[in-house]
Amino acid sequence: MPDSHSVGIVAPQTAVFDAPIQLASGAVLPRFELVYETYGTLNADASNAILICHALSGHHHVAGRHQPDDKAAGWWDNMIGPGKPIDTDRFFVIGVNNLGGCHGSTGPASISPDTGTPYGSRFPVLLVADWVHTQAMLADRLGIRQFAAIIGGSLGGMQALRWSITHPERVRHALVIASAPKLTAQNIAFNDVARQAIITDPDFHGGDFYGFDTVPRRGLRLARMLGHITYLSDDGMGEKFGRMLRSGEYKFGYDVEFEIESYLRYQGDKFSDYFDANTYLLMTKALDYFDPARHYGGDLAEAMRQAQARFLVVSFTTDWRFAPDRSREIVKALLDAKKDVSYAEIESAHGHDAFLMEDAPYHALMRGYLARVADEVNPLPQEARA
Amino acid sequence: MSTAIKAPAAGAPELRPDLNQIGHWIARGARVLDLGCGDGALLSWLATHKDVRGYGVEIDVDGVVACISRGVNVIQSNLEAGLAQFEDDSFDYVVLSLTIQAMHNIEGILTEMARVGRTGIVTFPNFGYWENRWQILQGRMPVSETIPYEWYNTPNIHFCTVNDFDQLLIKLGMKNTGRVVLANGKRVDFLPNLLGNLALVRFERETRS
Repeated sequence: MPDSHSVGIVAPQTAVFDAPIQLASGAVLPRFELVYETYGTLNADASNAILICHALSGHHHVAGRHQPDDKAAGWWDNMIGPGKPIDTDRFFVIGVNNLGGCHGSTGPASISPDTGTPYGSRFPVLLVADWVHTQAMLADRLGIRQFAAIIGGSLGGMQALRWSITHPERVRHALVIASAPKLTAQNIAFNDVARQAIITDPDFHGGDFYGFDTVPRRGLRLARMLGHITYLSDDGMGEKFGRMLRSGEYKFGYDVEFEIESYLRYQGDKFSDYFDANTYLLMTKALDYFDPARHYGGDLAEAMRQAQARFLVVSFTTDWRFAPDRSREIVKALLDAKKDVSYAEIESAHGHDAFLMEDAPYHALMRGYLARVADEVNPLPQEARA
Repeated sequence: MSTAIKAPAAGAPELRPDLNQIGHWIARGARVLDLGCGDGALLSWLATHKDVRGYGVEIDVDGVVACISRGVNVIQSNLEAGLAQFEDDSFDYVVLSLTIQAMHNIEGILTEMARVGRTGIVTFPNFGYWENRWQILQGRMPVSETIPYEWYNTPNIHFCTVNDFDQLLIKLGMKNTGRVVLANGKRVDFLPNLLGNLALVRFERETRS
């Protein structure tokens, strides 16, 4: 039976930008492509668009399936669809693979027009601001002046924040979920260990592994295993795996024994099969550099004073990668800047990953907030209201 | 924070009488902080009828969802932490409705209210109400409309009378700038400490720095 709350079968599209673009670092890309998906229908005055910004390993395939027999739906399918909190009956939803990504948008594995070979180590380092810049170019292409909402979790939430500061008039609502106003030394430390795992893998070849017909699998796998630990909570991990042994007894060796080892290795293997090592480096670096207060004397409230959007900030109690305190920093800055903001701290055992999970209060919150947004930009016809 | 008094049936178009009175005290266009705002009924009413902008603070997630669903800004937090995040004089009014009797550090919360707002508004069940006195005379802890709990399951730990509250304001160096006492939703002007079961008090810092 088809799921009436699914967007169904979807197909990605590609937007080609054939002019050079200057990046925040000063580097120039001669041209680029963005791959994206859309769900729902853009209304007549193009006011009902929602942009979904993805996190470190995310992409444009946010909801629905590409083939009927796809094992998994898009990465936020529980949130987006007809009648779901991000309701595609009322909103036009856009998922985009960020520049530098490895799911179809121009990235390190793409062919450089200058050399005819993959960019590899020559692909420029990106900032969150560059993603926002290129997302805005895509919005222009689609005829969207102002987004009803820009929504993101984790690194995606940082993009929503950046949007609200850089393009205040283009964001009605910013939903910043499980995010942070900047990384702590601990966050950067984790990222650097992940990067070192990749960079010191002999198969990395300084980033130009494409020409050697190999990928730095070991490094990427370790990076993902490390990252994955930070996405889960101690409680959640304990609940799911505890000290469970695969064979029920100690083997006195270094093969997989504990279930948690097996799980992490599986996650690492799966990830290293499809994710590009250079993209991983880029994404973690963009995270490290993100600090919108930097150009405002370190005063986040001053940065947020630029915004015109209304904000919903959400955190999860067991998230220690971007703990509730980090969200409260954002909320405090918004309060000091006298902006409209609501903040919810959702009880969850799922750590940082909770933002991707289905959870009744969390989804009720998103549904309640976005129903108001829909009423503002795309009111239901009178008879449907009763 | 859940209030100690049950709200009227859901969907009632009218505000609870105490909220209604608060609504009348608050000037058009003011900035309001509502501590323990519940489902956001007061702020929603104020936004519609008085162009008020503000925030609610609420710990209960169902309340937070209700606020957000009606377009009221709400910060999910306990009251102490909720207050601490605001700068001095951020608001024209800070409201604490039917919550104070369940709080631990009442002096602290009143001082904080007077710090972040120009005017504080507190509502509380009046323990001096004659029905409460009568039940105590009969040898029982009072249970009534405004105090609907038994002694063993009550969240309320700090009851006071209208007169007690005035004394506390004096002790804290604050000025009572208005008081209304209600009984069953109607205003009581004769012997309010005896005949009223619900008190609303407006206060300010005596000297503003």
